[in-house]
Amino acid sequence: MKVTFRISLVLMVLLRAPAGAADFGVNATNYDGGAWSPYVVGAGIGVLSWLTFYFADKMIGVSSFYATLAGFIGKLFARRHTESLPYFQNHQPTADWAFIFVTCTIIGGFIAAWTGGEFRNEWLHPMWRDRFGENSLALRMVVGFVGGVFMAFGARLAGGCTSGHGISGTLQLNAGSWLTVACMFLGGIGTAMLLYTVL
Amino acid sequence: MIEPGKVVKKGSESQELGAPGGVKLLTAIVCGLAFGFLLQKGGVAKYNVLIGQLLLQDFTVVKIMVSAIVVGMVGIFTLNRFAKVNLHLQPTRLGAQTIGGLLFGIGFALFAYCPGTGAVALGQGSWDALFGMAGLVAGCWLYAELSGWLKKTVETWGECGRMVIPDLFKIPRLPFAYVTAILLVIGLFILQRAFPR
Repeated sequence: MKVTFRISLVLMVLLRAPAGAADFGVNATNYDGGAWSPYVVGAGIGVLSWLTFYFADKMIGVSSFYATLAGFIGKLFARRHTESLPYFQNHQPTADWAFIFVTCTIIGGFIAAWTGGEFRNEWLHPMWRDRFGENSLALRMVVGFVGGVFMAFGARLAGGCTSGHGISGTLQLNAGSWLTVACMFLGGIGTAMLLYTVL
Repeated sequence: MIEPGKVVKKGSESQELGAPGGVKLLTAIVCGLAFGFLLQKGGVAKYNVLIGQLLLQDFTVVKIMVSAIVVGMVGIFTLNRFAKVNLHLQPTRLGAQTIGGLLFGIGFALFAYCPGTGAVALGQGSWDALFGMAGLVAGCWLYAELSGWLKKTVETWGECGRMVIPDLFKIPRLPFAYVTAILLVIGLFILQRAFPR
């Protein structure tokens, strides 16, 4: 832990200069951020994790939702083949706890956006448009889809996503979760910087 | 004295199939709604906030994650110490988690939303989340297709089983969690000074 802390300190000092100096063509902080303080939101999510552990004996995790969805679709078109796959034998696609949880997450996001006057109803975010042009929906489509494929494959291989490992695993001081999160940010920062410099 | 990490409540080890009922169902609904609500209010369903984190221009994501870890950690380890909750530890697999984490990161930068915040972005009317969500389903399918082979190869590399950081240093879990939480809070103070947003 101390090591992680020290590394993050060094990183922070090192990154201050490039963060200001590097030219990505846009600055993310010119667009609106969160309505609430990140510390209030984070603490709230921490409390939610107590509740799910205590009342449901479950940890918060999202990525398995998409695997369940994939299983549903697979069973619709190729039932026998889907049932023969080792992953779906161990994780049978049913509307289980995580599936209901994530479905409600979508609704919760809608309620927050609607009541807060932040419902966006847009296909491209202004920051994307400013950087990649007004007519870049096809690019966004391809980049988003390919990103989703990489992300899901990585999450299944690692055993969780930014929720399952990033919050639930790290808060249990699970060694593998800290490793996974470090690799997630490493890959993400590298790719994002490349994308915004080259593309 | 409860052995840390052991099952302290019944029902954890049995694989449940099918839809949950009763209290569990209610917890899924209430906590799911609250989770989505909080993520949207935190701004982490916004493209610029997420990409801003990866470009190191906006530190909202790290601030939310670290404060969730601090609050969650203190509560869960305290509750576990008094046998009120089970820990849910994923096994540590050095190979699969290094490769999986890096692949996830690449996908994160391309899609910009992560699986959870993508779901919230959809609820918030950011329709570009749909492309990535379709990709997530496709990626899960791809993994399932290869799962037999991956289990025998990549997922056996550096297999360590369940590994909790304090156990590695032979330090009792609860004090270790409290000290870590304090260090993370100090880290957040420094982060806030360096990056107001």
